[in-house]
Formats: sequence, C-alpha cells, structure tokens
Amino acid sequence: MTDTSFSVRPDVQPTNGIPRLQLRNISKSFGGVQALKHVDFEVFDGEVVGLVGDNGAGKSTLIKTMSGAYIPDEGEILIDNQPVTIQGPQDATRLGIETVYQDLALCDNLDVVANLWLGREAHRTLIPGVLKVLDEAEMERRTIDVLRTLDVKIPSVRSTVAGLSGGQRQCVAVAKTILRQPKVVLLDEPTAALGVAQTRQVLNLIHRLKQQGQAVVVISHNLHDVFEVTDRIVVMRLGQRVRTFETRNVNREAVVAAITGADAAAVTETDVTGV
Amino acid sequence: MTSLDPNPQKGGQDSSLVRQPGAESASSQRARFNLRSLMQGDLGFIPVIITLALITIYFQIATSGVFFQARNLSNLTQQIVAISILSVAAVLVLLLGEIDLSLASVAQACAAIMATVSVYQNWNPWAAILVALLAGAVIGLINGFFVAVLRVPSFIVTLAGSIGYAGLLLVVMGPQTTLVVRDPVIRSLAPTYLPPALSWGLPLLGLALYAAGLWYNQKRRKSAGLPVQHTTQTVLQLAAATAVVLIVVFLFQSYQGVPQAVMIALALVVIAWLILKKTPFGRHLYAVGGNAEAARRAGINVVRMKITVFMLASTLAAFAGVMMTSRSTAVATQISSTLLLNAIAAAVIGGVSLFGGRGSVWAVILGALVIGSLDNGLDLLNQEQGVKNIVQGAVLVLAVTADAIVRRAGFARGK
Repeated sequence: MTDTSFSVRPDVQPTNGIPRLQLRNISKSFGGVQALKHVDFEVFDGEVVGLVGDNGAGKSTLIKTMSGAYIPDEGEILIDNQPVTIQGPQDATRLGIETVYQDLALCDNLDVVANLWLGREAHRTLIPGVLKVLDEAEMERRTIDVLRTLDVKIPSVRSTVAGLSGGQRQCVAVAKTILRQPKVVLLDEPTAALGVAQTRQVLNLIHRLKQQGQAVVVISHNLHDVFEVTDRIVVMRLGQRVRTFETRNVNREAVVAAITGADAAAVTETDVTGV
Repeated sequence: MTSLDPNPQKGGQDSSLVRQPGAESASSQRARFNLRSLMQGDLGFIPVIITLALITIYFQIATSGVFFQARNLSNLTQQIVAISILSVAAVLVLLLGEIDLSLASVAQACAAIMATVSVYQNWNPWAAILVALLAGAVIGLINGFFVAVLRVPSFIVTLAGSIGYAGLLLVVMGPQTTLVVRDPVIRSLAPTYLPPALSWGLPLLGLALYAAGLWYNQKRRKSAGLPVQHTTQTVLQLAAATAVVLIVVFLFQSYQGVPQAVMIALALVVIAWLILKKTPFGRHLYAVGGNAEAARRAGINVVRMKITVFMLASTLAAFAGVMMTSRSTAVATQISSTLLLNAIAAAVIGGVSLFGGRGSVWAVILGALVIGSLDNGLDLLNQEQGVKNIVQGAVLVLAVTADAIVRRAGFARGK
C-alpha cells in the first residue's frame, strides 16, 4: 500500500470533456441472443450516471462488460481516452474499475476493518518472504479515515459485519472499493432490499462520492432513487441504448415510456441529449 | 468534512455511551470497561469454563480429593496431548468450513512409517520423525487436491481417506499388530519432564512477550490516534493470564515438573493462535471460511489456501501420531475409535463453528480439558466403559447446546 495518507481522489481535474470511462460500439452475443447491440456508454468525473431498463434490456450485460466479467464481441473500451483491454475482473480492478455487486461479497464473520482491507492487508515484514504481521493500527486508522470522509456511520469498526444493518453493509461494501482509489465505481442495485432510512444512507453516500469527483455508475430498478442521485439517465431496451436524459430536465413518465418502449414510435434518436 | 474532525477526547466516558452521529465511529470506540465487552472478547469462553469448573468440583468431591492432586493433573494433561494436537489440526480445517475425518488414521499411519524406518532401517530418530511429518504433508496434499481442485466434499474425501490411510497403516506394519519403538530419542519425547529452569522460564518468557505485545500494541494505537483499551482492562487481562500460568506451573512443579509433551502441545496452540490472528494468512483463512466467494473476489487464492490448510492439518496429525507413539512406546494397527471424534469434539466444545469462520484455537485447550477430565475422573471412579461413553456424550451435547444458546443470544444483540 502507499504510505500517503488517505484521500478519495487525489487527482481530480476539470473533466475537460474527456470521459473517465468510455465504451464505444460494444456488441455481445450469447449463442443466438444478441444481448448488446452497438452500445456506446460514457461516464465523467464527478458524475453519477443511472443505467435503467427492464429485465433483459442488457444493463447487467453492459455493466459486466465494464467490470470484466464478460468480454465484448466487438467494440472498444477507453479510460481517460486511452484504449484498454479488459480480459477479466482482475484487469478491470487493475485499471481502476471497481464494482459493488448486489450480494456485496463481505465476510460476515470478520469485522469492518478486516473486510475493508481483505486481500490487501497492511502489514509489516518480520522475516522477508516468510513472516508478515498484520498492521492492525494502521488499517484501523485508515478505515476510520475513509468512513469519516464518506460520512458512513457505523457503531464500531471492530464490530463484525454480521451485526450491521443492510444500509451499513452496503456502505462498507462501497467504502471497500473507495479504499483502492478507483477511477470508476459501478454500483449494482445499491438500494435493493433496503428500508427507507437505509436507502437514504446509501443515497447520501453516492452524493458524497460525486462531490469528491468520483465517476459513478448506478444500476437500479428504483426510479425514485435514480432521480434522487443521478446527473444523467441512460435507458437500455432490447440490448440497445435507446435514450439518454439529463436528470434535471426530465420527468418520471418520460423515462418510464423509454424503458417500456411506449415512446418508440414518437421519438427518434435525434432527441437524445448529446450530454 | 471539517465538521467530522477527529476529536477522540471529546467523547469522554459517559457521552460515549450515547450514539453520536459523525463522531461515533471514533469516540464510541473509546473502550469502556464492562462485562459485555469482556464476554465478547477474551472471555467469550465463560460457558465452557463453567462446565469445566463444575466437572472439576464434582470429581474432586467424588474422588475425595484425588482428582485435583498434582500427580493426577500431570497425568490428565499428558493423556490429552495427542487429542489437543489433533484438535488444533481439526480447528484449522473447521475454520475453513471443511472437515477432516482422516486425522486419526493419518496420525497412526505416519507413526507407523516413523516406527518402521526407525526399527528396521535404523534411521536417525529425527530423520524418522521428519519422514513421518513429510508423509503427513503428502497425505494432506492429496486430501486438499481432491477438496480444493476437484471440489469433492471434504466429508467424503476424508472419510474415504480415513479408510485408505488405515489400509496404508496395515501395509506399512505388515503381518505384525504392534511395533515397539526402541529408539531412546523417540521414546523420550513425551514422557520427559522439563527441568525447573525451563518449567518456569518458558511460561514466564511467554508472559513477558505477551505483556510486551500488549504494551507495544497500545503504544502504536495511541500514536495512530486510535482509542486505546482501558488500563484497568489491560492490567486485569495480564493479571488473569499471570495467575493462571503461575498456578498451573506451581501445580506441575509440586509433582515432577512440567511435562515436555504438554509444553509442546501448548506451544503449538500458541503458534497456531499467532498465525491465525496476527498474519495475513490467518486473516485469509477466516475469510475463506466466512465467505469463500468474497475471499476469491478479494484476490485470495482459495484453492491454494485450502490445500495449504489440509497439508498443515495432516502434518499436525502426523506429529500427534509421533507423540502418541512416544507415550505408548509402540504403534498398533488398531486405531482408537474415539480419537478422531474427541479431537473434533474438543474444538466444538471450545466454540469453533462447524460451518467455518468462527472460533479460536484456544478452544482446543478448554475442549480437550473437558473431555480429558471426564475420561480421567470416571476412570478414577472405576466406572466401566459404557458409563463413560454415556456421560461423555451427554456432556458434549450439553456443552454444545449451551454454546449455541449463548451464541444465538449474541446474534440477537447484533454481535
């Protein structure tokens, strides 16, 4: 790990028109089914993009393409305008694309500190190559730092994750990715199965990520939450990106119409906001 | 984020009990001295300790004072050395969320290998022991390969293994049913008593290191601006550890000294505990046991972890076999039917979960003491084997039930 003290995004620059992460002309088929048809996608620093669509619209396939779980049949992926190849989840992580999946991937039996640092524990080497000792004080200090930066409230960083509420668990899962100082954070249904207060907690967290200049992509079925936190809404239908809205200029009905295809006859692609 | 500046002094003793938004991640952590934190921390073993105390008191009365005599305690602890070492192996595998039913067979088979090369090939005793340990490691590699790479349930792999390795034992032993080991080094491993200097010196050294570790830890936490443990709690912790060590060593010394085998078993427990709690390897082991998928996504090599743990477990089992042979001076083709279950039971009585990821290796000492006390006490009372089995089974169920209830209450509290 780096020795510098923690900050969420040390290198935030003005977006100057270059997307943090950009996908161009992505297609992906599974057997005879074309899940993605020539899809473009982009997200900028300090921006929250909502990815919505009905079941089977291709939003999961798209996000799995970004996170390296699927390899696209054609198209290219660019980070900071540089073409990159993503052959697997490790590649995506190395390139700074972090995904928080619905099932969170936390170890219930470990405490918050252990979960945040899992796989990348701070340690001191006692015997080189043989004996490494965990540096608990350092990990705990930086855990408290990152949770404070994100304004995440947890009774104790030494309580096991099993004892946390759903919202707190979601926040821990997000904080875990932030610790790696990612370029893009992908959130898969971050508010599914959460109560009202817990949803608020998570939405606040997304706001805070945005304030700190993080590029965030949120997949959600819950349009209320999408309207609450996003800057842009990308609508997928039948494997294509059908509409893009600026959240502040659109109402719920228009988005629902785009999702269900009710507007297909009335609207043409030229209406799509060019960002 | 200026409103969220760290201010660890602000909380104080009383207000830290109130949940303060923003400051709470730091200040509510300010350790307060209370019973609950003790129960959840180092003293989570209280139900087992009470069970053990009740057993001790009962036998002390029933045997009119023989049970707690230094001579009997010395015997008792030497009787449970093999179970304890096997139990450490069982804990490692259980923490992973797997099970190893071949431990007893492995112990005996590897002991037979050692005895054979020692008796018939006249090998150097240390080389013979090393060969036994290596054989254990290879067996663990085989178990681990089937479990981790081919993903066969460990229950089946090790059950089949226990039959296979018992067969290996018969093959190694050939036509004879017992093989007496004559090598003085091997024979002296278990029954030797340590000289007073080591009897007192090693435990006191351990205590000193423990105290230094606590102090160093507190110092580092303070310099990192983290809340530190209440001094009263630290002092109590140290005092309790010191009292236990002094009483135990004193008891041993009033007979013939600390048995070398007991010291070795204790050392293994301490080493296993240090590895599990203080190293990234141990942390990853708990993580795999808690949620293997999460561990894999965090970049932990789950396959390698499982193979390593099965190898460690079988190697420890081989060592337990060496100690058994040293104590009985011979290897038999007959494998004790209760050895394996006692080893796993000791772990479970001490609170190690059968479902992985929960429990401490210290469980071994308490669990083995419970099992050993029952065995030893009932022997003193001249009870027949049938009665012994019934009592042992009943106490096992009771201990595990008590543990399950306490644990459930803990979960309800959100621990």
